[in-house]
Amino acid sequence: MRATAAEETQSGTLVLLCLASWIIPGAGHLWLGRRAKGLIFLVALPLMFAIGVAIRGRLFPFELSDPLVGLAALADLGIGAVYFIASSLGYGGGDVRAVTYEYGNAFLIVAGLLNMLVVIDAYDVALGRK
Amino acid sequence: MAIFAFFVSLVFAVIAKDEPRDQLRFGSLMFGGFLASAVVLGWLMYPFPL
Repeated sequence: MRATAAEETQSGTLVLLCLASWIIPGAGHLWLGRRAKGLIFLVALPLMFAIGVAIRGRLFPFELSDPLVGLAALADLGIGAVYFIASSLGYGGGDVRAVTYEYGNAFLIVAGLLNMLVVIDAYDVALGRK
Repeated sequence: MAIFAFFVSLVFAVIAKDEPRDQLRFGSLMFGGFLASAVVLGWLMYPFPL
């Protein structure tokens, strides 16, 4: 059965919403009118990422030969535009000798994973499940 | 670790609950749970050498 034009429009909007929510943490919630939640995500997640970079965490490269490094890179990417801004400015090189290196990695990886959860939450809100 | 626990609790509380009161309760419980489990695990690992 073919999808109707309204359904296609809605699915297109959902894709845009999820993309916006991924690129700018909290943008999906702001779009849907959940201003308080959106602002909290917009501040908390990039701040968490920034702390990770500041304490010498590393933005992992996409190395498919090492699955764990590849997965960490995917998780890092979850934060969206902030990832690209940080890596284009030369941040996120990491310093394995620093005491805070592993803490920094935990901050970077978890910030990305939390943003993925936020995207899924925005999707649920848009579908009226929440 | 406390800063990490704060951020994770904050985001989970905001995702999971809609009312500010519920968010505060859920977030506080989660934050306390993070700290308590870290202390307990730390003591449990204390006798083992590196």
